[in-house]
Amino acid sequence: MTRKPFILRNPSILIVLAVLALFTVAVTALSAAYGTGAIPTSMVKVLGKTLCLALAAVAMDLVWGYLGILSLGQMAFFALGGYMIGQWLMYARTEAIVAASMAGNPIPPTPQELQEGVANQIFGVVGSADLPLVWSFAHSLPLQLILVVAVPGLLALVFGWLAFRSRVNGVYLSILTQAMTLALALWLFQNDSGFRGNNGLSGLQNIPGLDGIDQATLSVWFLWASAAALGLAYVLAAWVVSGKFGSVIRAIRDDETRVRFLGYPVEGFKLAVFTLAAMLTAVAGALYYPQAGIINPAELMPIASIYLAVWVAIGGRGRLYGAIIGAVVVSLLSSWFTGGRAPAIHLPGYTVNWVDWWQVALGLGFVLVTLFAPKGIAGLFDRLSPPRRVPAPEPQAKEAQA
Amino acid sequence: MIRPLIALVLTLCLALPASANPALEAVIADNLDQIQKPSRKTVEPLVAEIAATGPEGLALLSAWAGRALGVTDDGRLLIVDGDSARDAVTGAAVPDADPKMLRPNSGVRSVIESALVAGEISSPDPARRAAALASIARDGTAGHLAALRAAPPEADPALAAQRERATNLLAIRFDPDPAARVAAIEGMAGDVGLDFRAALNPLLAVTRVASPTEPKANIARELTIGGDFPREAAIALLTANGTLQPRLTPADQRNALAANIVDGAVAGIPVAELDDPAARDRAYEALEAAGAVPPAATDAEAEAALAANRFFETYAEADRAVTDAARAAQTRAQVRLAAMTGIDLGLDALSLASIYFLAAIGLAITFGVMRVINMAHGEFIMMGAYTGYVTQTLIANRTLSLVVALPLAFAVTFAAGVLLYRLVIRHLANRPLETLLATFGVSIALQQLAKNIFGTQARPLTAPAWLEGSITVNDVISISSIRVAIFVLALLFLGLFLFIMKRTRLGLEVRAVTQNPGMSASMGINPDRIAMMTFGLGSGIAGIAGVAIGLFAQVTSELGQQYIVQSFMTVVVGGVGNIWGTLAGAALIGGLSKVIEFFNPSNTLAAQTFMILFIVIFIQFRPRGIIPQRGRAAEA
Repeated sequence: MTRKPFILRNPSILIVLAVLALFTVAVTALSAAYGTGAIPTSMVKVLGKTLCLALAAVAMDLVWGYLGILSLGQMAFFALGGYMIGQWLMYARTEAIVAASMAGNPIPPTPQELQEGVANQIFGVVGSADLPLVWSFAHSLPLQLILVVAVPGLLALVFGWLAFRSRVNGVYLSILTQAMTLALALWLFQNDSGFRGNNGLSGLQNIPGLDGIDQATLSVWFLWASAAALGLAYVLAAWVVSGKFGSVIRAIRDDETRVRFLGYPVEGFKLAVFTLAAMLTAVAGALYYPQAGIINPAELMPIASIYLAVWVAIGGRGRLYGAIIGAVVVSLLSSWFTGGRAPAIHLPGYTVNWVDWWQVALGLGFVLVTLFAPKGIAGLFDRLSPPRRVPAPEPQAKEAQA
Repeated sequence: MIRPLIALVLTLCLALPASANPALEAVIADNLDQIQKPSRKTVEPLVAEIAATGPEGLALLSAWAGRALGVTDDGRLLIVDGDSARDAVTGAAVPDADPKMLRPNSGVRSVIESALVAGEISSPDPARRAAALASIARDGTAGHLAALRAAPPEADPALAAQRERATNLLAIRFDPDPAARVAAIEGMAGDVGLDFRAALNPLLAVTRVASPTEPKANIARELTIGGDFPREAAIALLTANGTLQPRLTPADQRNALAANIVDGAVAGIPVAELDDPAARDRAYEALEAAGAVPPAATDAEAEAALAANRFFETYAEADRAVTDAARAAQTRAQVRLAAMTGIDLGLDALSLASIYFLAAIGLAITFGVMRVINMAHGEFIMMGAYTGYVTQTLIANRTLSLVVALPLAFAVTFAAGVLLYRLVIRHLANRPLETLLATFGVSIALQQLAKNIFGTQARPLTAPAWLEGSITVNDVISISSIRVAIFVLALLFLGLFLFIMKRTRLGLEVRAVTQNPGMSASMGINPDRIAMMTFGLGSGIAGIAGVAIGLFAQVTSELGQQYIVQSFMTVVVGGVGNIWGTLAGAALIGGLSKVIEFFNPSNTLAAQTFMILFIVIFIQFRPRGIIPQRGRAAEA
């Protein structure tokens, strides 16, 4: 019996792509640059960033929901992707500025003088005037684009190899991933790490070479890019979790030891998915930070990665669309509640300001979701949709135990 | 300067009743000329004469040295103190005096000061002798050395030792006889006191010189280019002594070229081509040949000058024997210093380890019994610290409030832990990752709650007075009392914990559940109750740790976050379910952080990074920690 292509077997793919396309068209039509202007540019940016977060959440779901590794260090890859693209954005822009300022000199600058000027401009803030070695490729967009996936991918590969081969798993592994992102954050916080320490990289919203294009237009372009990346990543992730490969990784999630006894190279599977997820996350980061405009090491603190896990859990893990729902709903709600625009609740004797109480509500709400709705928001869809008539080709994976 | 001593003498003398002093009066009358225009060479007998006349004489001398002595038109000496003045002989106040102030030169002043010190260190009052010695120790001069040596033997053994030390230190610096200086240095070799090291430092100070031949000086060593003596430093030396013309910096070159642009070209080379360093060099050489710019040293010239010269480090101190002795003494001091720094580091590490131990022990036992990580553990630590703060606002007496706060913090966090267990954790049995996330939800809620209640600013939790300050062994080894107290607290809890685990029914049951929950349940132990009790106990200890941490750190809502990752690391490194493992983990993490910090003191962030890297690598070799859990539970 010939099997249908995985896209047809998994209706969620087409639904997600359709919703994504509709969303993108709608936002474009309402944007200031291409449409009525009903959605301000800042909101377009927020939506674009949310799509990037959703992409990171999809990758997180691959690792956690399907492979069973609760990685509390995913945002390290996200931020590394951002740092890599940020290097080029900052270097190229500063180079243009420095070249313009040096053009007035009686003697044209040598390439070395130009580079010194750029280094001085970028690193003066941390008291240095040399271009660190890690910026060797910053002048070239293609090289930095390769680094966007190569650096986080390599980090995930090395870290995963070290962790998986010594059979660190479960809670231990979660703590180790958390330690990884913390170590990276602390390292980046240093002024002499070569990434401007606490200052991070800034001015990333200005794209070198596109000076004539205003932020309103750029924001829509980035929204398109983010939506395209999310769509592609979703198809890729859905393809990965379908078929035999998908069955194996779900089996690893449910009982790693048995899969190993059956002769599968468990470490290889884990490493492949972990690294792929890291690269997807890095792409999300590389699209996110030009929209955010600034990146600094605080983005790598463990708390950010834990929030990512929270989104996926609330959305419903083990379902790729659940991750998207979780990321979109919770991050948009968070920014609405903490942005000070949510109406305060006036109780007798006390006024609940959401800026102060949103975290409390989120924390407790999260506890409630974990206790009473372990499948998250996506679990609600299961109740709405009729039971499947045709049993799935593979035995349905039982609910994650670990 | 000698000011403190003078002030002391002045005060002591002023306290005496005013009385005439005929001897002093006579001396002044005979020598008024010389007092007004003293000479370094001849003033000595006069000073001795005045000093011999008694307290008034000494008061006069100190005023004289302190430029507080004036002479009136009728030849009386007045001691001026601010706006008031009094007669130096009778001590009677002189209103509306307008004396001519005497301004002895520094040579004369040093003679006077030595005489004063000589008087003071042979004073019958031990307090004054001690003050004089302290003053000399602060600010010794060559004159003091002579005075110390000439002084009569000291009866008080402590003061005698002090005087001996002061004499030696002064001898090292001022004795004209090199042999005596060497003897003084060797006599003190091995001492690690700051004063001794400070006395050695100027002897061993070096300057770098460049010279074609060996200079006639006390040479410390010949330098070879490379290592700690880079080529740039050698060139700088040659440039400084005029051997080499200054090298041209790129900026200088550019400015020189810019100043010589003629018709869009420099020396015939179009400006547009000058974005190439080679083209700039060519242009500059052409200008140099034409005499338009000053010649600059080329690489070849620099190379030749470097080859023609040798580089030396010379001591400012001329005598070889002295510097050798000083070098040897410094080496010995450094070795002993290193040993003491090691001890000090060990003490620091011990105190840090105690903190980590207190913070991690609760985490370790809950993990051992239930296999769950409580992400809200850090918030329990914070809760304990805030309990301490609230107790302190209610009870003014610091000691009492601390005594109340410790059990109260335990009770509060014990209750919170039991509540968390009943409401959340028991419903997530056998789902450790979900427990981790659920407790994280509790953690962010608690953190924000603390922020809402106590605000974002840091709250002080002040230690009682008897815990402030530090225990100081010498200049190097010292440890703050709070840290000692925390160490004792950690020891206490280790003891208490061992007692509970090994000697009580609860401990027996906890160990049974840790080893095999199913089997212990079938033996009539209620694992649910045991889990609840251990969770409460672990949380309670976190509360105690919070009070302890709050005593030396700022109490903020993020307090727990700062310790939680280290606590996790302690548990991971140490292994779970065994208190000795936690202890070993805490000792390793605490010790290692301090050692890394010591080697890279300016950069605590890097220290933490290396620490975490180390742990990731450590896990490669001991995946289940230093003391792994054995038995069936370990395979889960």
